[in-house]
Amino acid sequence: MSRFRDMLQRGEFVITGEVAPPHGSDYSGMLESVRKLSPVCHALNVTDNQGATLHLSSLAASRVVLDNGNGCEPIFQQTCRDRNRLALQSDLLAAWTLGLENVLVVTGDDPRGGDHPKAKGVFDLDSTQLMEVTAGMNAGVDMNGVALDGGTDFFIGGALFPEAEPWEFQLERALQKIDAGAVFFQTQAVTDVEKFARAADALRPTGAKLIAGVLLLKNPRVIKFINERLAGLMIPEHISDRIASAADPLAESIALATEQVRELRGIADGVHIMPLGADDAVATILEGAGLV
Amino acid sequence: MIITKARDWARIRANLDEIGAKTVFIMGCGQCATVARTGGEPEIMQAKLALEADGREVTGWAIGEVACHLGGTKLDARKHVGDIDAADAVLVLACGAGVQTVADSVKKPVYPGLESVFLGNVIRHGVFEERCQMCGDCVLDKTAGICPVTTCPKGLLNGPCGGMWNGKCEVLTDRDCAHVKIKQRLAEQGRSRVKRLEPKDYSAKLKPGSVNLREDRAKKDHS
Repeated sequence: MSRFRDMLQRGEFVITGEVAPPHGSDYSGMLESVRKLSPVCHALNVTDNQGATLHLSSLAASRVVLDNGNGCEPIFQQTCRDRNRLALQSDLLAAWTLGLENVLVVTGDDPRGGDHPKAKGVFDLDSTQLMEVTAGMNAGVDMNGVALDGGTDFFIGGALFPEAEPWEFQLERALQKIDAGAVFFQTQAVTDVEKFARAADALRPTGAKLIAGVLLLKNPRVIKFINERLAGLMIPEHISDRIASAADPLAESIALATEQVRELRGIADGVHIMPLGADDAVATILEGAGLV
Repeated sequence: MIITKARDWARIRANLDEIGAKTVFIMGCGQCATVARTGGEPEIMQAKLALEADGREVTGWAIGEVACHLGGTKLDARKHVGDIDAADAVLVLACGAGVQTVADSVKKPVYPGLESVFLGNVIRHGVFEERCQMCGDCVLDKTAGICPVTTCPKGLLNGPCGGMWNGKCEVLTDRDCAHVKIKQRLAEQGRSRVKRLEPKDYSAKLKPGSVNLREDRAKKDHS
């Protein structure tokens, strides 16, 4: 059984990180990230053509993490953008066969924002429907209800954006995903802990586990990129001002992330740290927050 | 109506150059392409000037009532038989359905003069929006009369996706999120939401579409 699942179910605080598969077949850079992050994380998300740009598949890369993580598990990410329902189910079976037990099911960014803007966005299923299909596979059937020759036992997660308004619709979405089979959520980067607490309070009765996203805002350039280019995330002015006016923006962003992790510790079931390439900072943040 | 837009003239020029066309007949459409201002008289005159600027002669032109109507278009082709016979090619300023109907009605090589883009609602004069994709598996009963398949850029049935921000779409950021609009209208009308929409039946949209009311009626008469 997945240790990541086991920890969350026992109520232990989990730490997840993120690695990006390469744009090519040489995954030594990703392995370097795994080497830095696996000692301090319980699981690592392995992105699926993130930002609608071409990368090595999450399926193969997740297996690399499994083989090299020393117990730090991969969270296989599957988006609905690039595959139809046949391919999605086939890849889920492949993932299980490869020993991948944690899956994060997300919609996926629109191809128009990626490096293949002329691609057809598939979206044959949406994330909620794919969760339901995954839950069905856990019960031993395909999406037609036909028995599988060997099912799966995935630990199913979804994405949640606790700060997006209107909140009542976001909450409704989260409940819909839980109903479809999601048992844990990883959230967008938290910039307002009170809004995260609102989500945690609302979802607590469902038993779903909430892992709070913490983004390392390394420098003003990163903040500008997020605000202008990244879908659905806005860094508030008081935070961007703090990073912009700092003598050492990286150190300030580490300090900010550390404060956030400390604050979230009492509210969330875990934190998901997105270091945006500054992998070395993750251990510093976690040490600073008293988690390592 | 079918919304069309002008086709890159360089592509039209290349098409005609490929067969060495020196003379061209132009066919427009009195229906959608006229309303969309892509295949009515003014646009035909523009195309005529562009063809002449490229050193070609325009033997004649016609605007049928509805270019995609086979009977009517055949009739138009007969009316202009001399001009069409004198042309090396026919340029059609209509949607792809019209182009194919003209191609079935004349013996000359036929080229598209427009790009067909969507089935459009006329919001007001000259303003068109895509609201229906003709998927053959309508969900408007569950979505308060707002189609998520068409108006959500990702075509998600259950939304919003993670990129929605303050009710706005993540892909077309100046637009309201279709899923937020659906949920708002359902709430305003006091309608309960469906738990979740099931995956669509894409077999309902298997190509090519075909409806034959005559055969249907004949079957009914026999039964």
